[in-house]
Amino acid sequence: MAGVGILLRKELLEQWRTLRLPLVAVVFGLIGLSSPLLARFTAEIVKAVAGDQFPLNLPPPTVADSVDQLAKNLNQLGALIAILIAASAVAPEKERGTAALILVRPVSRAGFLLAKLIALGVTFAVALVLAFAGWWFYTLVLFEALPIGGVVAAAVLDWLFLMAWVSLTFLASTLTRSTLAAAGLGVTALIVVGLLSIAPPLAAWLPIGLVSVARGLALGLELSDPWKPILGTVVLIAAAVALAWLSFRRQEL
Amino acid sequence: MTATPAPPPAAGPASPQTSPAIRVRGLTKRYGSILALDGLDLDVPAGSIFGLLGPNGAGKTTTIRILTGLAAASAGTASVAGVEVGLDRPDLHRRIGYLDQDPRFYSWMQGRELLELTGRLDGVGGADLRAGVDAMLERVGLAEAARRRIGGYSGGMRQRLGIAQALLHEPAIVFLDEPVSSLDPEGRRDLLELIARLRGETTVVLSTHVLADVERICDRVAILDRGRLVSESPLEELLAGHARPIFRLLPEPDQDAAVQDLVRGLGAAEWCSDVTTGVGGEILVTVRHAAAASDRILPLVVGAGVRLASFERARPTLEEVFLELVGPPRPEDLDGRGFVRAREVGD
Repeated sequence: MAGVGILLRKELLEQWRTLRLPLVAVVFGLIGLSSPLLARFTAEIVKAVAGDQFPLNLPPPTVADSVDQLAKNLNQLGALIAILIAASAVAPEKERGTAALILVRPVSRAGFLLAKLIALGVTFAVALVLAFAGWWFYTLVLFEALPIGGVVAAAVLDWLFLMAWVSLTFLASTLTRSTLAAAGLGVTALIVVGLLSIAPPLAAWLPIGLVSVARGLALGLELSDPWKPILGTVVLIAAAVALAWLSFRRQEL
Repeated sequence: MTATPAPPPAAGPASPQTSPAIRVRGLTKRYGSILALDGLDLDVPAGSIFGLLGPNGAGKTTTIRILTGLAAASAGTASVAGVEVGLDRPDLHRRIGYLDQDPRFYSWMQGRELLELTGRLDGVGGADLRAGVDAMLERVGLAEAARRRIGGYSGGMRQRLGIAQALLHEPAIVFLDEPVSSLDPEGRRDLLELIARLRGETTVVLSTHVLADVERICDRVAILDRGRLVSESPLEELLAGHARPIFRLLPEPDQDAAVQDLVRGLGAAEWCSDVTTGVGGEILVTVRHAAAASDRILPLVVGAGVRLASFERARPTLEEVFLELVGPPRPEDLDGRGFVRAREVGD
C-alpha cells in the first residue's frame, strides 16, 4: 500500500505535536507509578482515617494487590482514554476536509486507515511501556520482583485490551463525521461488551477475559485456557477494522 | 509575477482529433430527492484551460468532486486522463491535482511541511521535492511564511498553499474549485498568471463565479444551470455567437457638424434600425443584418468626412452571455430566503 509509511510519519508527528502522545504517556506513566503506592499504602491510610473507633482487620498488602490495582486503573481510565483518542482519528478529518486533501492523492483508503491505526497502536504501546516500567520498578521497591517475561506478556495483553476499544471506536469514527458521536459510540461499545461479559461462556472470549490472563502472567501463575480471550479479542479487532475499511471505501468525502 | 496573463487563443488548443483529457457522458448525481447533476456530457480538450461556470447550486462543485473521485456518480460515466473515475482510485489520483473551494489543512503543520507531505504522497522525492517546494513557495508568495504553522494563515494564504499543493507534482490535469475567491486583487492577478502559464502543458478545469477571470484565461467554457449543461464551446465562439448587431463608432473630437451629418445618414439607411449617441461622442448603430451592414457603415463615415478614433462590432461580455443563457431565476425556483432551489428528481 503506497504512502502508508509517509502517512504513518505524519500521524506520529501529529500525535506528538497535538500533545496526544505525550499526554497519554504521562497519564499512563502516572497510573504505573501510583498503582503500587496505592496497593501498598491504601490499607494504612484507611486505618489511619478510621482510627481506634472503627477497628479494621485488613490483611497486609501483597504483590497481587499491586497487580490488581494496575489492572483496575488501566482497564477503566485506560479504556476511556483509548476511546477518546481513537474517536478523533477519522471523523474530524472527514468533517474538516483534510481526508479529501490526502485521499485525492495516490493513496488507498486502506492505507489511510492503516497508518492511523498503527499510529494509535504505537501511542498506546509507548504509554504502556512507561506504565509497566514504572509499575514494575515501584512494585520491586515496595513488594518484590516480578518475573520480567510475565510482566512483558501482561503488557502485551493490556495493549491488546486497549486496542479492542481503539478499534471499536475507530470503526465508529469512520462511520460518523463527529468526534463526539464517535466517542459516544465507543463508550456504548464499552458498555455493551461489558454487559456481554457478564455471561460466563462469552466472557472467556471477550477482551475483559484478557485481564485475568494478564494478571496470571504478571504473577507467574499457571493459566488454564489463556488463548480464548486473546483469539476473541484479535477477531473483534480484525472485524472492527475490516468493517471500518468496508464502510470508508464507499464514503464520499 | 506582475505581467498580465496572456490572452487566450481564438480557439481551443486541442484539435477535434485529439482525445479529450476528460470525457463525461450522462453524468448524474442525486442526493435523495435533489438532482444535483442531470445527464452531463462534456469533453475537455487536453492542455486547455476550461472554465466551469454557473450560479450557486448549478453543479460545478459536484462535477469536480465526482471527477476527482471524492464523490460517486448516481449514473453515467466519466474518465479523467483515460482512467474511469470512482471512489478509492489511486490510479486516477496519480494524474490529477485538486484545490477545494474551501481549502483546509492540518493547522499544526507548517506550510512547507504540508507541501513536503503532499509532494511525497504524489511521488516526488529527494532533491526534486526540496527544489520543487522552494520554487512553488516562491511562486505562490509563501516563501516567508513557509515555516509558520498553517493554523495562523489567512484565508488568502491558505488558498495560495492550496494552489501550491495542487500544482507541485506537475499533474496532467488540475481541478481548481474557486481558486481565487479569497485573494486580494494582486494575489488574484498573480494566480491567474500562474494558471495561464500552464496552458498547453496541463489541462486546467477552473470553477469560478468571477466571469472576468474566465475571460482573461480560459480557452473554453461550459455553463451549467441547475445540474444541466447550458452551453459548452471555445470562449471566442461563445462570445461571437452572442454578438449583437450593434456597431460602436468613436469619432475624434471637434467634428460636431460632420458627426451630425453622419448620424443623419446612418439613421436614413434602410439597413439601420437605430442610431444613438453616447458618452464621449460615441455612436451606437443598431443594424438589421450585421454582415451586410458592416460593409456599408464605413463608406458613410468617409462620405461624411468623419475621422474615427475607433470602430468595432459591439461584443458582449461573458457576463452578458452568461445572464442571457442562465437568465434570472424564476420566482418558483427561489426558496423562502431568496436562494435558487436545487432541482428535485422529477422537476
